[in-house]
Amino acid sequence: MNPPHHPKIRVRYAKYGKVRFTSHRDMARVWERNLRKIGFPVAYSEGFSPRPKLSFGLALPTGAESDGEYFDITADPDWDTADLDELPMQLNAVVPSGISVQAVAILPPGSESLQSVVTSSTWAIELFDIEPVQAMAWVSRVLDAEELVVTRERKGKPVTDDLRPEIRSLEATEFAFGGPGLVAELSTVGRALRPSELLMVIEPHLHGGLIRRRQQWISVDGARSEPLAVGAAVDHRTPVGVR
Amino acid sequence: MNSLWPELEHLLGRVQKPARYIGCEDGIKVSEHAPHKVAWLLTYPDTYEIGLPNQGLQILYEILNERDDAVAERSYAPWTDLEAEMRTARLPLFSVDNHLPAAAFDVLAFNLSAELVYTNVLNLIDLAGVPVRAADRGETDLLVAAGGHCTYNPEPLADFVDFFVIGDGEEVVSDITDVLREWKATPRSSGARVGMLRDLAKVPGVYVPAMYEVSYDGEHIAEIAPRYPDIPERVAKRTVADLAEWPYPKNQLVPLTEVVHDRLNVEVFRGCTRGCRFCQAGMITRPVRERPSEQVRTMVQNGLQRTGYDEVALTSLSTADFSGIGEVVAGTVNDPMNCGQVSVSLPSLRVDAFTVGVAAQLQKARRTGLTFAPEAGTWRMRQVINKLIAEEDLYRAVESAFSQGWRRMKLYFLTGLPSETDIDTLGIAELSKNCVEIGKRYNKTASVTLSVGGFVPKPFTPFQWFGQNTEAELSRKIYMLRDEVKKSRGVQMKWHDPKATLAEGIASRGDRRIGRVIEAVWRRGGTFQEWSEHFSYDLWVECMAEAGLSIDWYVYRHRREDEILPWSHISAGLHHEFLWQEWQDALAEVGLPDCRWTPCYDCGACTGYGIEHIVASATPPAGGSQGTGQDLSRGGAVPVELLGRKPVGAAP
Repeated sequence: MNPPHHPKIRVRYAKYGKVRFTSHRDMARVWERNLRKIGFPVAYSEGFSPRPKLSFGLALPTGAESDGEYFDITADPDWDTADLDELPMQLNAVVPSGISVQAVAILPPGSESLQSVVTSSTWAIELFDIEPVQAMAWVSRVLDAEELVVTRERKGKPVTDDLRPEIRSLEATEFAFGGPGLVAELSTVGRALRPSELLMVIEPHLHGGLIRRRQQWISVDGARSEPLAVGAAVDHRTPVGVR
Repeated sequence: MNSLWPELEHLLGRVQKPARYIGCEDGIKVSEHAPHKVAWLLTYPDTYEIGLPNQGLQILYEILNERDDAVAERSYAPWTDLEAEMRTARLPLFSVDNHLPAAAFDVLAFNLSAELVYTNVLNLIDLAGVPVRAADRGETDLLVAAGGHCTYNPEPLADFVDFFVIGDGEEVVSDITDVLREWKATPRSSGARVGMLRDLAKVPGVYVPAMYEVSYDGEHIAEIAPRYPDIPERVAKRTVADLAEWPYPKNQLVPLTEVVHDRLNVEVFRGCTRGCRFCQAGMITRPVRERPSEQVRTMVQNGLQRTGYDEVALTSLSTADFSGIGEVVAGTVNDPMNCGQVSVSLPSLRVDAFTVGVAAQLQKARRTGLTFAPEAGTWRMRQVINKLIAEEDLYRAVESAFSQGWRRMKLYFLTGLPSETDIDTLGIAELSKNCVEIGKRYNKTASVTLSVGGFVPKPFTPFQWFGQNTEAELSRKIYMLRDEVKKSRGVQMKWHDPKATLAEGIASRGDRRIGRVIEAVWRRGGTFQEWSEHFSYDLWVECMAEAGLSIDWYVYRHRREDEILPWSHISAGLHHEFLWQEWQDALAEVGLPDCRWTPCYDCGACTGYGIEHIVASATPPAGGSQGTGQDLSRGGAVPVELLGRKPVGAAP
């Protein structure tokens, strides 16, 4: 007899406003509780201290907003996949203000985890009190650099790396509210690069304003796609805190 | 008033754990602000993580927001990093619900659960933008209020707080709102505030310190007298007669970030008559008022469904004594709605009622931590404190837990108790060692964490007359115990800093003169004194010396029976004679049974209020000696005639 099949569901959600100050760990617990609230049959791990089987993508820095975050649910074998369409509405009725589920999909068997497939993220970074010319000069300097060697902390230890290869694209831009900013696609594989580290490379004392993850990308042979595009199962509730 | 969020948002990117300042909890229900409504800012004077779960604060939050004439929001002490940013940016204390400045409220009401938060109270009053001393406040300033267990001795904070609430808050909070609504409706002319405070002082359970004059005879208090004839001589605590009428919180707040006690909490009863003589909570919250077990089950099941928590704690001062404990635990664990995923935790568990049956039910889902509190290391010492747990009961409970798969547990003890000898102190190590040995029969990695606290005598307990052990003596005992514990593998010991115990002792039984010390410690930056990284022993010692006050006199001195104690104008319903007799009996090593199941000895808590225990079962829960001391076969040499009371077992 085959072991029972546990369907896996990928959830895409946006995170805006006050809740952006919750951490990756906080959000994991929010999803655990809210799936229990709607009575979704999440599969549990075996062992001394069983935990619901949820697996999360790359951590969003605390304080950053996002147009697209993801996590995967492993469901009980007896879950009826026909209930999938209801899931975004059910979750959106209970999640904190500022969080909205945008899409859900059942993953094909054998799909790899978010952590292993996502290769880069596109970030929008607001800059405070910076002239647009200055921002453009920084962009040229970074893009023209052969290497950008920086010592940063990784797992509590100082590590010296060349960050230039991790910057896939960078441009200066003007945001809707008229402030200058940067849009950057940064690698998430290998050493990876955080938006705060990019700012550190540009100017050691530069504080960013609002940071928002716009997309997460899976690159395969030069073709880019999102782990789950906003498609049919979108919830149309207006996200709170959208600027 | 406008939300401070836009300004605050910029600061939050620069501080640790910003999620504790955003509010957004599941369960938030704030009514609209309006000019005619009394606006309460309910404040816990410690971090959000410690304060958010506080049930008292959440109960009042709901009751006030349900009223048509009130609105309540919450605030917590910002950590030192945000406080520095706020002071630089000139941002005041804010609510986490709507991020309104403190000035948008009428009352800044503190929950006082521990003495070491007192300097934070002053800091928060200051952050709210009001003069720290009540006497300096003007007609339009916020009112500063305080409730919670510490208010049974309100005197150390008397100079800073406009009014205190003594006892259960459920009803009195509405009585106060009535007075404040009237006051808000009248013009804020000169004298209106004093008039309103005088009206408040006439509300039962409300203490307005400015309405009382304290006179001294040298170091001693000569008299505490009301300033006006219409002010009561004694302020008696409020007691809610029937918990079934108050099924609060109905919508427990679920925070987005991790806090202590991060689970559903359902209060199963209030009050405790076990009669442990060191325990202030057990003395001041009498009588026992159980919640009907059907109501508990409903609150548990609705609460789990609404919050999405997978753990529920049944809270009280001694949950195993709850008449419906078996059915509630089994009902919750086995409810098909919970899919075997909900665990039940029982904080404050008496060892004598923890049986294999209870252990087996508890471990069906995840095993929660287990803490037992024998409190003292020898039977003699446990008779002195009237915690009549036999050694075999502890071992039976520990064995129940280890046999059901637990691998470690926590044991809680006090040191520095009246008449404690080194034999008693070292008995703690012996008990712990024996527990580990029991555990090793079931699991090679069995271990016990021993947690030791220095005893601080509290008002309205039989030990209120006892001189606290000196810091040096407590340190000696703790290090002696540590050295003994080191000899046995599998026992880890943690202890409360005896220096912090001293500071607690200053505030616990201090009088109004101690206010100067608290203010001085705060002015020199001594906030978050509950946190070891911020606690400053030197600051307390220096500030006591500079105020010309003696630590020996305030903390280490035994009190005489006829001394006017700083809280003598407050009443917890307990007769002076009862407390004094208990103190005598303690020194005579004579126990006292639990009056829930035995005849009344008239402590005053029921008779004075015309209310009674509400207990569903007329018999004590089965198993063990139940600490009632009713198993007289244990001791032969019981001095039956002594003091005309029902004495209980001598050493087994």
